[in-house]
Amino acid sequence: MQRLRRLFDLLAGDPQAERAVPPTGFTARLTVLTAGAMAFLAVFAMALSLATGRLADRWAAELAQTSTLRISAPQGQLDAQTEAALRVLQTTPGVAEARALSADEQRALLAPWFGPDLPIESLPVPQLIEIIEDADGYDPAGLRARLQAEVPGAVLDDHTRWREPLIEAAGRLRLLGLVSMGLIAVATAAMITLAANAALAANAQVIRVMRLVGAKDIYIARAFVRRFTLRALIGAALGTLAGTLAVMLLPRTDAAGGFLTGLGFQGLHWLWPLVIPILAALVAFVATRQAALKTLREQS
Amino acid sequence: MIELDNVAYSYGGGELFSGLDLSLAPGSFHFLTGPSGTGKTTLLKLCYGELIATAGQVRLFGEDARALDRDAVALTRRRIGVVHQDCQFLDHLPVAENIALPLTVAGLPAMPDDLRDLLGWVGLTRQAAQRPPELSGGERQRAALARAVIMSPEVILADEPTGNVDPEMSQRLLALLVELNKMGKTVLIATHDMSLIRAAKPHVSARVLRLADRKLHLAGADL
Repeated sequence: MQRLRRLFDLLAGDPQAERAVPPTGFTARLTVLTAGAMAFLAVFAMALSLATGRLADRWAAELAQTSTLRISAPQGQLDAQTEAALRVLQTTPGVAEARALSADEQRALLAPWFGPDLPIESLPVPQLIEIIEDADGYDPAGLRARLQAEVPGAVLDDHTRWREPLIEAAGRLRLLGLVSMGLIAVATAAMITLAANAALAANAQVIRVMRLVGAKDIYIARAFVRRFTLRALIGAALGTLAGTLAVMLLPRTDAAGGFLTGLGFQGLHWLWPLVIPILAALVAFVATRQAALKTLREQS
Repeated sequence: MIELDNVAYSYGGGELFSGLDLSLAPGSFHFLTGPSGTGKTTLLKLCYGELIATAGQVRLFGEDARALDRDAVALTRRRIGVVHQDCQFLDHLPVAENIALPLTVAGLPAMPDDLRDLLGWVGLTRQAAQRPPELSGGERQRAALARAVIMSPEVILADEPTGNVDPEMSQRLLALLVELNKMGKTVLIATHDMSLIRAAKPHVSARVLRLADRKLHLAGADL
């Protein structure tokens, strides 16, 4: 309880002590601006991290449960091989559902490359069969062996080949977002330390007078810590607000939307940016306190 | 209260003084004289822990000054009121807040009535809301004296307190310091103003010390 009270005292600072230090416009503006800019960037880093996390989860969930069977055969044999493949799949343990894609569905898949009016019936396009696994999943090696014997033109793609790199890429992006936030915190701490050092140097005479009348180092440090913490909090709150508004104004996800249009917050994730000003204030508190106590030690 | 035992102080490769002994007993009154540059201000700084002796021992209220950490030095300074020649105020704060600063940094409340009485004692009631740069030299010295005594310290150290004021104001400041001594405070005034020392003679029993040739001497007979 006493520790909590001490922590609260440190965070609350001392308005009287702060009053003893004259306000300096340069360091005040620098701190507010730095905290604001860094918080703005942190919102995007956070949005990136959360979006890539969602993306990785979605890809993992969707791709892990589906696979594709491609049947390449001469036109006269395509329907027979498709039916044979469906029969094999219906009797394969672990396959919940298997269905041949319609011509319209196949045309829609090819539309991004060949346009909407592709005469698919007159082209040697393979037939695709979508396979949905049940919770236990099937044995790909066993299924391939059966297909090789009964449907020679069938090629099974269980999505492993491109699912794993995609999930890995999404994971890396999420890590990149987190590293960006860490770098932003470090850069904020460095800038605030510089500003605090400038303020301490500019107020050397004030510090001398306060010491002369019996002020302890921690009392003098509090004057600076409170001021810089509040400035960082205000700057970060403004930066976070601006960043959140910018994310809100990003284009919505639609059918043609790629990854970037999915960048943003969803549901309760909109509350996450509220953490940024608190973290910025905490970073400022620690950075200023360290800088102030170090400078006061050196000045004595 | 404050004792210096065989103290020396050197800086920049040169020795300012050495073999210096001094004891400020409770309720005593001392003048410290000597030519400029002989170390009067340095001696005072040793007495309130701003400097550490390069040899010998300085004891502040029985504690070896060399063994005090920064917090302990701060606490010691609350028992010693210091008046500087250049006063050293926080120019952005009103005079009243500057005078109350020792209470503020100690986390003690400044009672309005006590502060008013103190301002009245040094004749600065009307200047309470002014900023230090707006005060005259004499007013600044009186404000510095008020700040030095607001914590009711046991010792008052004054470094050339009359250096920037006219003779009339010098007498007024001296009267205030003598009054504090009669209240039981130990007073040490560093000055090269011999007229100030002569003026004190009828009012106080003071010891005059002279710092010269790197040594501290008793300057003739005590006043």
